[in-house]
Amino acid sequence: MIALLLRDLRLAVRAGGGFGLGLAFFLIVTVLVPFGVGPETGLLSRIAPGVLWIGALLACLLSLDRILALDWEDGSLDLLATAPLPMEGIVTVKALAHWLTTGLPLVLAAPLLGVLLSLPPGGYLWVMVSLAVGTPALSVIGTFGAALTVGLKRGGLLLSLLVLPLYVPTLIFGAEVARRGAEGLAVETPLLMLGGVSAGVIALLPFASAAVLRINLR
Amino acid sequence: MSIWEYANPVKFIRTTDVVLPWISVAAVLCLATGLVWGFFFTPDDYRQGSTVKIFYLHVPAAMMAINAWAMMLVASLVWIVRRHHVSALAARAAAPVGATFTVIALATGALWGQPMWGTWWAWDPRLTSFLVLFLFYLGYMALWSAIENDDTAADLTSILCLVGSVFAILSRYAVLFWNQGLHQGASLSLDKQENVSDIFWYPALVCIAGFVLLFVALVFLRTQTEIRARRSRALLARERQA
Repeated sequence: MIALLLRDLRLAVRAGGGFGLGLAFFLIVTVLVPFGVGPETGLLSRIAPGVLWIGALLACLLSLDRILALDWEDGSLDLLATAPLPMEGIVTVKALAHWLTTGLPLVLAAPLLGVLLSLPPGGYLWVMVSLAVGTPALSVIGTFGAALTVGLKRGGLLLSLLVLPLYVPTLIFGAEVARRGAEGLAVETPLLMLGGVSAGVIALLPFASAAVLRINLR
Repeated sequence: MSIWEYANPVKFIRTTDVVLPWISVAAVLCLATGLVWGFFFTPDDYRQGSTVKIFYLHVPAAMMAINAWAMMLVASLVWIVRRHHVSALAARAAAPVGATFTVIALATGALWGQPMWGTWWAWDPRLTSFLVLFLFYLGYMALWSAIENDDTAADLTSILCLVGSVFAILSRYAVLFWNQGLHQGASLSLDKQENVSDIFWYPALVCIAGFVLLFVALVFLRTQTEIRARRSRALLARERQA
């Protein structure tokens, strides 16, 4: 599994630039928002946590179809399926690799973009914490969506239609943590809920993804 | 005699052919009676005036929108566990009907909300969860139509239905946390002495019965169509091979 993880990471970093793409997209979305809503500082600092969350979610969505599609095309997914690894392990590693290459950079870049959106000083920590807790769930849910659509020719659009409703709970709790943190309110309740959603999703959804992938590889 | 006999498509078609006209007529009768009774022979509410009458469409449609998803969930489970094709096709047949009911509930709610709340739409928990439910229906139908192989499509959509149910319930409680509601609480429940005044309650019951029957009739009809379409495709394929 570690070998698979390292392989996926190496592929993501070296070949084809899937690595920086999500990050650049995140940057552009957050830069575009002030053009859309106007440069007024008060308004920007009020919507900054939500914008950062939406941006992270979209950046995550953008790179989802790369999780499995490339391996599907060149046949390495079939090889992985016949390998002694359980399918659940494979999809978990895929999700982890996706998180390390898109989720984690987003978490680290969020404070920088927070400066651009004049995020209140108290908000930086909680935006990072909420993204760090929430983005693994986004990756795992995304892997489920990618597994559902892996065999399809033009699965990209369908993938977003399937995955976005599944993102609702994570987004609500994550953005709530960031918003309350930025306004200096207590964040425990939404943070615990977000952690609960993440933990539950990470524990259970790989089984569904593996089942779906087995069906698609049949 | 068990329910699994109807897993045989021929048996299913034969039985539903007999039952379908009766159910359809009953559905039309119930809906006509309930709606006419509700619209013309009940008094106006003393605060809401005649707008209250949209209740006879809104409440049954909303109930059936949720129950249709529940029916799809059961049918998906039956397909996963026992692999009866009729079950998978019934789930597929129910999805557009459920989505339509969701739209009816949302649209009638908006029409009522404009004079009463002063807005077509509010990000109220109930409204939001219905919108999310509608998105789930869309995704489910899109996945069905995107996959060519019937069995693969049935497998994938039933797993999506299971996962989606969990997430739909999660979203339901997440939006409750996210925003306080404008929508009134449950106005119909089984464990209350009196839900709404009897004068509104009886036509509403007839309407609910009508919507249930309408749903059953549409699902039967659409499942039959699916079975026949699949059979004709199989016959064509056999012809081409011969």
